[in-house]
Amino acid sequence: MMKSRSDEEEYWNASKFKAFTFDDEDDDLRESKSAFESLAQLPDEDERDHVEEVSWSGEPVGSISRSVRETAASGRRTEGEAAFPARVDADLAKVNSGYSLSSLFKGRRGASVATLADVSGDRSGRTVAPEIRRPKSEKEDLVGDWSPQDAVNRMRQGKPVPLERFRCLQDKLRLLDRSVDAQDGNVITAVLIFLKKSLSKEVLFGELASRPTALRHLFAYLSESGDDALLADLYRALGRVEDAAVTRSHATTKYTLLHYKEHLSITDEKKKRDFLKSCLSLQFSPEDQVQLQDQVSLLERQMLIEATDRQAELGGKAEIFQKFPRRASILHMPLVTTLYYCCFYHYGQPEGSFSSPQNLRNSFKISEKQFFVTALSARAKQKSWRDVDALFAGRSWLGFTRKKSPLAFQVVVDILHRNSAPVHVLQEYVGLVDDADARMALAHKHKCHDLVINVSALHVGRAATSRDLSLLSSDVSRLQRPTAVARIPREGGGGVGGREEDRRAARRLANPLEELIGNSQRGSSPGDRAFCTFRGLGCNKKDLKQKQCEFVQMELSCWSL
Amino acid sequence: MAYSGRKDSPELPDFSLLKRLARDQLVYLLEQLPGKKDLFIEADLMSPLDRIANVSILKQHDVDKLYKVEYKPIISTSDQLCFLIRPRIKTVKWISDVVNADKAGGKFRKYKIIFTPQKFYACETVLEEQGVFGNVSMDEWGFHLLPLDDDIISLELSEFFRDNYLAGDLRWVRTAGSALHLLHSIYGPFSKVYGIGRCSKMAYESWKEQAKEEEQKPRNSEIGNVFLIDRDVDFVTPMCSQVVYEGLVDDIFRIKCGCVEFGTDVSSSDKSIKVMLNSQDKVFNEIRNEHFSNVFSFLSQKARNLQVAYDKRRGMDIKQMKTFVSEELKGLKQEHRLLSLHISASESIMKKKTKQDFQELLKTEHSLLEGFEIRECISFIEEHINRQVSMTESLRLLCLLSLTENGLLPKDYRSLKTQYLQSYGVEHLLTFANLKQSGLLVEQQQGETLTVMESKVGKLVNDKTAGKLTDAFSSLARKNNFRALSRKLNLVPKSDDEYDLRLPRDMAYVFSGAYIPLSCKIIEQVLERDGWTGLEEVTKLLNGNEFAVTGKNGANNEAQRIVVVMFLGGCTYSEISALRFLGRERGYKFIVVATAIASSSRLLEALLGNHV
Repeated sequence: MMKSRSDEEEYWNASKFKAFTFDDEDDDLRESKSAFESLAQLPDEDERDHVEEVSWSGEPVGSISRSVRETAASGRRTEGEAAFPARVDADLAKVNSGYSLSSLFKGRRGASVATLADVSGDRSGRTVAPEIRRPKSEKEDLVGDWSPQDAVNRMRQGKPVPLERFRCLQDKLRLLDRSVDAQDGNVITAVLIFLKKSLSKEVLFGELASRPTALRHLFAYLSESGDDALLADLYRALGRVEDAAVTRSHATTKYTLLHYKEHLSITDEKKKRDFLKSCLSLQFSPEDQVQLQDQVSLLERQMLIEATDRQAELGGKAEIFQKFPRRASILHMPLVTTLYYCCFYHYGQPEGSFSSPQNLRNSFKISEKQFFVTALSARAKQKSWRDVDALFAGRSWLGFTRKKSPLAFQVVVDILHRNSAPVHVLQEYVGLVDDADARMALAHKHKCHDLVINVSALHVGRAATSRDLSLLSSDVSRLQRPTAVARIPREGGGGVGGREEDRRAARRLANPLEELIGNSQRGSSPGDRAFCTFRGLGCNKKDLKQKQCEFVQMELSCWSL
Repeated sequence: MAYSGRKDSPELPDFSLLKRLARDQLVYLLEQLPGKKDLFIEADLMSPLDRIANVSILKQHDVDKLYKVEYKPIISTSDQLCFLIRPRIKTVKWISDVVNADKAGGKFRKYKIIFTPQKFYACETVLEEQGVFGNVSMDEWGFHLLPLDDDIISLELSEFFRDNYLAGDLRWVRTAGSALHLLHSIYGPFSKVYGIGRCSKMAYESWKEQAKEEEQKPRNSEIGNVFLIDRDVDFVTPMCSQVVYEGLVDDIFRIKCGCVEFGTDVSSSDKSIKVMLNSQDKVFNEIRNEHFSNVFSFLSQKARNLQVAYDKRRGMDIKQMKTFVSEELKGLKQEHRLLSLHISASESIMKKKTKQDFQELLKTEHSLLEGFEIRECISFIEEHINRQVSMTESLRLLCLLSLTENGLLPKDYRSLKTQYLQSYGVEHLLTFANLKQSGLLVEQQQGETLTVMESKVGKLVNDKTAGKLTDAFSSLARKNNFRALSRKLNLVPKSDDEYDLRLPRDMAYVFSGAYIPLSCKIIEQVLERDGWTGLEEVTKLLNGNEFAVTGKNGANNEAQRIVVVMFLGGCTYSEISALRFLGRERGYKFIVVATAIASSSRLLEALLGNHV
């Protein structure tokens, strides 16, 4: 029932220094969990029985979904000879609805209940043939002439109406208008179905152009019943109505997308490509046209890659496919996935090759950031740290190599971490994180001890490097932005004021030792803040005490090295 | 949470009656087809059916075997088939195929379709077109309202949202009206009905129409007030990450019909377990409305108390022990199990949320709500998209951006859309079209000039046709004025003071103190003012369609404080929690009636265009 002790320990250790976690609550959780463990060890004579009896579990014996599943299962076994499990029969005797039908009729809420039953009785009693079809003469004796309003009223009550009697266009339209006024979609659709059958498309579509609500119902009905052909006709007809360009473009867009949608049901790549190509002649907006063009070229590209790679895989020559077998074909995948695939399997290829990531990047105008993120994760996944490193290569104007990234280094670290990069790799990038606090927090989270030591040593020597200076100035500038500062308290949640934080950041540069010791007293080190930053998840300082002490001790010990 | 509010909240009406009614009606309908029969149930009706009946009840009424509707040829050998379905064309087509296959195979059977909650003409037309009209008998099962809990009633109509807010199809309006009518005839008469939104107004009118058909005997009313609200009045709230326990559980594990399935990581065994989440679960009942940060301390306190209770047995004599075992032990054990389950669930939630950098995500959402550092938010969203983090999550953030900023700048819209299509597939062109149509994700018009132009051109060219036709395509996208509303109604509390989530001071606690759900704020204001007076500017920003009607019957005081809030298009658990809070503060009891339980992922999935 409970996790084993060792498992649990492992979990807590692992999460001890994670930044941005709910760690402050962990202590509570740990406490409750350990309280549980002691409970679980209590001598327990009949636990099993109770476990079974407790009825909060979702589906008690005799539940319908369960039984359906059983039917399905047994159906597979015996081809339709399935019967209910014996257990259900036993239940049958026990369970009783307790409410017979008669009680329904003489229930304490007499009036309303009886009406309900009446209604249902009435409904089931009559034959439910649609009176739409009944010959006119038959009805004429029973009822007089119905006005469109009467007809609509009857239909709303689910009563049969011979719609055939509305033969002239004026009547038909009045019927439609009354149904729209009645605001009952079911009736509107019913009238539309009748009109669709009894009017020519041209007349119907023409009249609907000035009746938006009815039109929407026809759209909905046609698309639910899968009559795409008529729907397309309708859009086309509306696109031709000589009105404002806006309307025309709306209808055209609708038509275009309806047609385009068909490609979703095509699985064969060649057919899909041809179909998409045919869509290019439709009137997409200029931006969407570009997207569609890209979709076609991407599919073509994927077909090329797929063919070559499948052969390489089967041939067994390419080592990479042996080492990392392909899990699925690349066909029909989004562009970014394709890019990832190429970065994974074809990274080093010359730019001229169709599967080269660079080539892909240029042909599809992939943004630098997007390319960078994808290449980074793909290379990290392969553990090619040299490639990862090379991604950041950049030269400053003085000719030094300096790591450059279109992404914040926090994000870089996160991506590397997700791809289980080893500490020595992570460390390098954690060191590049701009914000000192975030850097410290990440260093702790990823256990980059060297870095913690370095940072501390740096501070001890009071070596005011240029970066520290710039940091300081950025801190000062932050102080001057009241709006930014005002937001911080809520993130702090635990009472660490924004201004206070900034002041401390500045002070830390001056005297790290004091800062560290001060932290142990006040209970808020950078790491602590990281724990607290889950905005709004209020922090319990006391619960943090323990963790805090360990934390500061570690920081101090590193520093004293 | 400290309950600072009033303690004299009135008792809730007994809604189990609704279940009995539905069950008895179903039994009645089954008996209309005497003799042994096989029952085919639509997949999404199985859970609701499970809540009101069980297999033995069905068996008592000659149901032989149960099947799920799977749109495949059937293998039943019974000579009577009964289908319990929603009124959907696809399902009716499948039934027609079944009947026609039998005809071709020379099999003779009786068929009966039971539509719930009502049948549509469009479905009958299918039967007619497929040539099976006379072969199949039809009935309606008015199963409108399913009580999921003491204060939550659901219509379980997930398609309501798409049909109404994307397609503009009004077919569920009458259904909503009937649901209201049912409540009214059992628990009414209502003394006051408020509402806002197009659909709300229509549902109200539909109910009035239905109520007119029968007379109401004077009765003791149990529900005093009703508030109807359209989902598109407030799209912002469901697009926010939920941080109240029940909402989080729904976002992560998906509560289905009041029941959640916990995977193996929570059940700490090799099987997943299904658990009912409602007020019967004592542990859950105490934490469901809590902000997640309070849940842990609560659970550990609870665990300690439990330990104390167990420890009591020490030093008992035989007789005491006997009473302990017979009276307390079972309860304690049950609590023990519940507690361990919710601890594992919380643990699992925490793991998942930590993994996806929840903190940054919340920060971005809160900045969006506040209208602060929008550029940073956009680059955060971009990064989300670039890294192919969950498809719906990225979409949710895009929608939140559009809703709070009243549309995206054309430049941003294009760039974000391109990146989205590159990451998740070009076929999402269809999704973007849907989102645009429903008004969730739109491009800002370059000034008002264009729209003025449009209408001028429209007027010049023809009568009103042009404008109306445009209407048919796009009028569903209501103008969103979130920023102005937020200022008028003070939805975003001032940021410089601390917000103590343990002692929440307003409904903003359901979003970590950063935002009061718009929908709930409107309800609060209207109840406080007993109408819309003084809220004229707000209603204008909400695109109007507000109403407040006083009924004939003055209900007694107790019932006056019972308020039914009907969300047309779905309601989130966070909103339910906020209303419960409001109820405690003001001495109301809220009953939430929703067309379905909503969440950002459910709403967005309904609008995805990448499936066939």
